[in-house]
Amino acid sequence: MSEFVTLAVALVVAAITYGTPLLFGTLGEILTEKSGCLNLGVEGIMFTGGAVGLAGVYYYEKMGSPNGFVAVIVGLLCAFLAGALCSLIFSFLTITLRANQNVTGLALSIFGTGVGQFVGERMRVTEGGYIAISNEMKIFFQNSPFPRFLQDLPVIGPILFKNSIFFYLGLLLAVVLFLFINRSRRGLYLRSVGESPATADAAGLNVTLYQYLATIIGGGISAIGGMVYIMTIAGCVWNHEGLAGVGWLAVALVIFCMWRPLNAIWGSILFGALMILYLRLVLPFIPTQLYKILPYVVTVIVLIFSSLRNKKENQPPASLGLSYFREDR
Amino acid sequence: MNHKKREPWIRLSKRDGMTSWKVWSIRIGSIFLALVLGGLVIAMTGVNPFKAYGTIISGSLGKASAIRQTVKIAIPLLGCALAIAPCFKMHFWNIGAEGQITAGAIAASYFALFWADRLPGPSLILVMGLVGAVAGGLWGLIPAFFKARWNTNETLFTLMMNYIVIGIVRWLQGGPWEGRAGSQIIPQFAPNACLPRVFGIHCGWIIVLVLVLLMHIYMTYTKHGYEIAVIGDSINTARYAGMNVGHVMMRTMFLSGAISGLVGFILVSGANGTLNDGVAGGVGFTAITVAWLSQLNAFGMVLISGMLAILEKGAETLQTRLAVPTSISDIITGILLFCMLGCEFFINFRMTFRARKAKKAAAETAADSDESPAKEAVES
Repeated sequence: MSEFVTLAVALVVAAITYGTPLLFGTLGEILTEKSGCLNLGVEGIMFTGGAVGLAGVYYYEKMGSPNGFVAVIVGLLCAFLAGALCSLIFSFLTITLRANQNVTGLALSIFGTGVGQFVGERMRVTEGGYIAISNEMKIFFQNSPFPRFLQDLPVIGPILFKNSIFFYLGLLLAVVLFLFINRSRRGLYLRSVGESPATADAAGLNVTLYQYLATIIGGGISAIGGMVYIMTIAGCVWNHEGLAGVGWLAVALVIFCMWRPLNAIWGSILFGALMILYLRLVLPFIPTQLYKILPYVVTVIVLIFSSLRNKKENQPPASLGLSYFREDR
Repeated sequence: MNHKKREPWIRLSKRDGMTSWKVWSIRIGSIFLALVLGGLVIAMTGVNPFKAYGTIISGSLGKASAIRQTVKIAIPLLGCALAIAPCFKMHFWNIGAEGQITAGAIAASYFALFWADRLPGPSLILVMGLVGAVAGGLWGLIPAFFKARWNTNETLFTLMMNYIVIGIVRWLQGGPWEGRAGSQIIPQFAPNACLPRVFGIHCGWIIVLVLVLLMHIYMTYTKHGYEIAVIGDSINTARYAGMNVGHVMMRTMFLSGAISGLVGFILVSGANGTLNDGVAGGVGFTAITVAWLSQLNAFGMVLISGMLAILEKGAETLQTRLAVPTSISDIITGILLFCMLGCEFFINFRMTFRARKAKKAAAETAADSDESPAKEAVES
């Protein structure tokens, strides 16, 4: 029995670690999609965020006398700004220039993966070989901010208190986003922009402003997910193969949790579990490689069922993916 | 007090009927702008941009062998763009070409691996192409069915389908179809399962060029093409005209998936000679931008896919000769796409600036002096 508990706890902890980058990616995309913008560039945004965040922390440490707390802030800021810039390109093209959102998003994911790779490669070349953060610095990114005795509690200790600081930031962000979107006036306005921009416009809301802000801030949040992946899972080195596909998984997760920030918390942990299940739980009948497609299969099923049941509250924002032009009818 | 009218700084209105030389000069201007921006990125690495672009051109078109490589890159891009065109014309956002390619590739590989000794020469290739197309088509039909029946969001559905089928290839690679145990690699096909070569390139290029013609005819001169165009413009109009929208959607997606599947067959049989999980390698995504940028025009796709292939092949040379990372090609491709997407705005919309308008109005109303104070207020 106790062996089973240890195994289960280890699985949950690993699931949380793998789910945290997804949580950020998803929360950012939820905010974006709530404004009616379908930004398919999350993959590129997370790549860029990961590479630029790593670069920021690396060069900050090189400047001398680094402080771990500041390093985390630098990483967060660099990733956020990189993602916000990428999303700015997207929003300028789709909102101001009214380009097709699907195509622009895909272009952004090509561009963003290119930029991420380029920054990662370039750092490797200019710094001669291997880019890594020092071990003293890694602690701040990977270890828990809570005191030792809390982490050592049986069962709940590892699950609740032993995660990286980013998990707790993600939880906080999810709650803040939930309160903003569902409980505040501006959140209501944002939702109305996503449902029907023409109505929102007629009611006197600045549709362009709402869409710009939601896309840019959302992109920044998604980019933090890329940084978190590099800093926690990839062990503070540039690893583009590991990061590949995480952004798309975040897009899938947005559907899975039905555009709700609080669902994103358990959704991302579940997806994190599905991502690593093949390492922890080997069943004789199912080949391990097939575990990895589970998140996508589950998402497809959710998508189908939500369209089958056709409940009003479980639908994508009505004008998702459509550019708004006031003079159009 | 008079109520002061506030004029927006800029006004937009739709326009059409721009003269074609103007349209093309805007488009060529945007490509030029993209190259300048890309040049800036290259300059940041300390390499002379002119030299870099020279290397890209000479590396992709300088030698006969280089041209062959470039064409090899362009073949799947063009084929897949052709597949996507009818869906996008219908405003059915199929971003699952990547998966449809892979599905076709799996089916074709099955016959290449297990039927090579039982089917005589040319018939094996034909069967591979056929099952590849059918498998790709069926894979595309699944999301179309749900879209037609229950209006399931097709963008997200097709996207998920990509990763499912790629996961299946990973499983085949490490399990049932693995060559040497532990290698994680599917063995090379027998020679009779590989596409014959014409001018040193596998004959996929002929298939794709024929498809360009067929697709142009299909979209412009057939009833099917007309139905697709009507549904794309307005689903309600199509229903009112008595078209079975769901039926047309499923038919078009099957066709689109089938062409993608055929591209998958060309990739495994012609380019790679085997199947791996990266068989589509992003082609399905890049092809969407190719299709969209060429305005879904089959001949335009030849041009654009050629351009992107030159960039990709050239970037490889750039890395070996000047040590610029190959990811530069993704960056320049991205910038190119952004600029070309953005420039359509200046073709489709007319902008009227306040200052110019106010001046014109001021000139017009110069005669009636009683209105001039108001205009001055606007101008200031």
